[in-house]
Amino acid sequence: MSETGPMSEMILCVNDLQVEFPVRDGIITAVRGVDLMVAPGEIIGLVGESGSGKSVFAKALMRILPEPGRICGGSVTFRGENIATMSGENLRALRGDRIAMIFQDPMATLNPVMRIDAQMIEAIRAHHRVSKSKARARCLEALQKVGIPSPEERLRAYPHQLSGGMRQRVAIATALLNKPDLILADEATTALDVTIQAQILYEARKLCEETNTALVWVSHDLAVVSGIADRIAVMYAGRIVEDGPTADVISNPKHPYTRGLIQSVPEECDHGKALHQIPGLMPTPANLPKGCAFAPRCEHADNICLLQDPLVSFDGRQSYRCHNPLNAAQVQEMSS
Amino acid sequence: MSNAAQPAQRLAFKDTPLGHFVADFSANPIAVIGFVGVLLVVFIAIFAPWIAPQNPYDLMQLDFMDGNLEPGAQTALGFTFHLGSDNQGRDILSAIMYGLRTSLSIGAASAFIALIIGATVGLISAWFGGRTDTIIMRIVEVQMSFPAVLIALVLLAVLGQGTEKIMFALVAVQWAYYARTIRGLALVEKNREYIDAARCLRYSQTRIIFGHLLPNCMPPLIVIVTMQVAHAIALESTLSFLGIGVPITEPSLGLLIANGFHFMQSGRYWLSIFPGLALVFTIVSINLVGDHMRDILNPRTRGQ
Amino acid sequence: MSEDVLLSVKNLSKTFSKPLGLGDKFANLMGAGRKPETVRAVDDLSFDLRPGEALGLVGESGCGKSTVARLIMGLLSQTSGQIEYRNTPTSQMSAHDLLKIQMVFQDPYSSLNPRMRIGDQIREAINVHNIVPKAERDAYMASIFEQCGIDDSLTKRYPHQFSGGQRQRFGIARALAMQPDLVICDEPVAALDVSIQAQIINLFMDLRKQKNLAYLFISHDLSVVRHLCDRVAVMYLGRIVEQGPVDQVLDNPRHPYTQALKASSPKISTGKRNFEPIRGEIPSPLDPPSGCHFHPRCPKANEQCLREMPKPQRLSETMSISCHLAT
Repeated sequence: MSETGPMSEMILCVNDLQVEFPVRDGIITAVRGVDLMVAPGEIIGLVGESGSGKSVFAKALMRILPEPGRICGGSVTFRGENIATMSGENLRALRGDRIAMIFQDPMATLNPVMRIDAQMIEAIRAHHRVSKSKARARCLEALQKVGIPSPEERLRAYPHQLSGGMRQRVAIATALLNKPDLILADEATTALDVTIQAQILYEARKLCEETNTALVWVSHDLAVVSGIADRIAVMYAGRIVEDGPTADVISNPKHPYTRGLIQSVPEECDHGKALHQIPGLMPTPANLPKGCAFAPRCEHADNICLLQDPLVSFDGRQSYRCHNPLNAAQVQEMSS
Repeated sequence: MSNAAQPAQRLAFKDTPLGHFVADFSANPIAVIGFVGVLLVVFIAIFAPWIAPQNPYDLMQLDFMDGNLEPGAQTALGFTFHLGSDNQGRDILSAIMYGLRTSLSIGAASAFIALIIGATVGLISAWFGGRTDTIIMRIVEVQMSFPAVLIALVLLAVLGQGTEKIMFALVAVQWAYYARTIRGLALVEKNREYIDAARCLRYSQTRIIFGHLLPNCMPPLIVIVTMQVAHAIALESTLSFLGIGVPITEPSLGLLIANGFHFMQSGRYWLSIFPGLALVFTIVSINLVGDHMRDILNPRTRGQ
Repeated sequence: MSEDVLLSVKNLSKTFSKPLGLGDKFANLMGAGRKPETVRAVDDLSFDLRPGEALGLVGESGCGKSTVARLIMGLLSQTSGQIEYRNTPTSQMSAHDLLKIQMVFQDPYSSLNPRMRIGDQIREAINVHNIVPKAERDAYMASIFEQCGIDDSLTKRYPHQFSGGQRQRFGIARALAMQPDLVICDEPVAALDVSIQAQIINLFMDLRKQKNLAYLFISHDLSVVRHLCDRVAVMYLGRIVEQGPVDQVLDNPRHPYTQALKASSPKISTGKRNFEPIRGEIPSPLDPPSGCHFHPRCPKANEQCLREMPKPQRLSETMSISCHLAT
């Protein structure tokens, strides 16, 4: 799935990544071989429902998996170095400097008993030798960039004195401090109101374009992702089932699951009509069906789907894992 | 609309909340050891009259000639005093078994009665809030600001001796602790949506409090009851040791220790040491079980 | 009052106040005149709901929409105003009559009793209120489960054994078993995944058709309300700012807040969306702005908006709006 040239140009290159969780009665494989390429300055939207493994995948990229999770295969190459096998020291130098992460709950990154300026200055000085006053000036600049009004005042505040939206902005400003090459955002706006979400999406995209920072935006909400991303990757049961430029994935989905997701969202024209629904539930990693994981819920599934796991196909624009990819006629039927 | 349909399965025991608990509990060897200890103690307490070598309080069975024998000594009739005998020729092993029976029944019964009183008061306090809550909690705080032993001592000094009186004293010092604990639990549960849902279904307050609120406060409460039983046994032993506990006709472990205490200096260690060990064994076993139940039931130490 | 109004809410207000601390009370004794902190969570709210109608109540967090639900259900008592069900104030209705109003909660994880088998929770409600004669109860439960798409064999399980979507079906089944005419739905799909959300929305629509249910559907999601409801009321800081048929309000919003809400709502698009989102945060309800609550964020606000609170004005038979600038 390399439509954008050789690997050396990629900022992040994930190859066949696998993550497993040893539990009492066996091993649960949460991520089952994920490939993902991120070019510098590119915004990738990673969409999946709960249980798809998208959060585990994002955490594995930063090697911050919750216990007892571990990477058991594949590689994560960031600027030519493999994160999956990197030493703790190199990893620490990378995190918060070249790669930054934004979580759903900004309090996961903010220290409740430290003032905002103290934590932000620390974030700079952990990686660079800068004077305190210089660092503070950079913090101020970062807060202004994410659209925080009266940033001087906010710098002196404690996290609990800020609203949820403000805290998330501070978390984003902190992530931007060291001008990282890559930001991972895991459900960063899920807990926020729509008007605040719109502001944050707007700022995030503007900043990435200005600084040429790559962004992996992980979310359950296809609508949010489609508004911000250059490329969309859809995750299902621990795998990326479709990956391609936003316009292609939305208007011409190849995988029936992607189409199902698009149709599940109520649209303006179909008021009062029954929504298209994907029957059933996503299988848990502990009991995956044989063959294609989506087959039991898929209306196009045939015998091959039930028996054989589909490999990745690539049609020049999108890559997908499906034996019976949708053709244009089937997609047409969806919009009518 | 068959989307909720999963393959129909029989509900296995391991999927019930109790099943989870049993599985988690048995995974911990120390907890299992404690549990076996508790089972042993309870078994001895219940069946003491049938398994004890003699009835230590039937004077017909005692022989002064067998007095003050060392552990392991044998009489001419072939009766072995495994843990020795006291000056009246009473078998210490049998006395411990009967003492355990008294100690455990007083401890368990008082903890249970205190639970019923404390739980009711605590639930009412949490549910109604406001002034009711303030008054009840002030009483509880006053009571808990005095050491339990002191309150029990005063009560027993006023009431006099007797099994039912020591139980009354133990209940009196314990209920406040339950009331405060269950109030805290109920205040959290009260604000959960299933309680709102029950109110929307227009259930009576009694039904909501005792049918929905109480069962959800139960798991931590069971832990506390377990620990309180151990606490009550220790407290009863303390009082008996001080000579104001159970009457001399039904000695508990505490009274046995007190009785033997005078003879420690004369070398007859077994009179106090063995009842003491039995007491320690009982309390440690119960606490081990309680500790591990708390770890399992505590949502913070237990991963989802 | 016309005959065909099911639920009528008139000038409903709810004020929460934090009691004064001891220090403040003492200061008052010395003549400080400190007032308790108050929040007007719901401020002079009026709307009607006809039988079989679905009204959406839309707004962001802290706008008081959930408080409205709790007031109607009697889980909270109002500071002032009236809630009437079929022309009787709900405060004067018997417990049995109140069963006609039921509620579906947001969080399917905490709205079911975790220590009770799922079937027992629904059976209990039927038994306590004697909804159907004893002999018919099993058949009645089976029919309710079938309508809600629940497999009969699963009812002996505990809530934690189900996914969010399945639990929400049980929440709906429990409400439905009481044979309500009106169901208050407080963000019932907000906690669910998109594909599951579609299943539950379809269920709500089917049930409404079958049973002629009226819904008060509370949501932050315009597209869900747009899909499910006939009319919509948009709330901002405790007040309704715009009210009317969904196609008019959401396709052609008149109030600047509704316009901003619509522009901010994520929509599936094939390319990046370019728009300048409205500025500012939702103000703290503890200290709401003067005049029109929305004026600090409103791009068109003028002097009048700053001073005067706009009164709801009728634009047509069905539309009303609270804005000085709407004409």
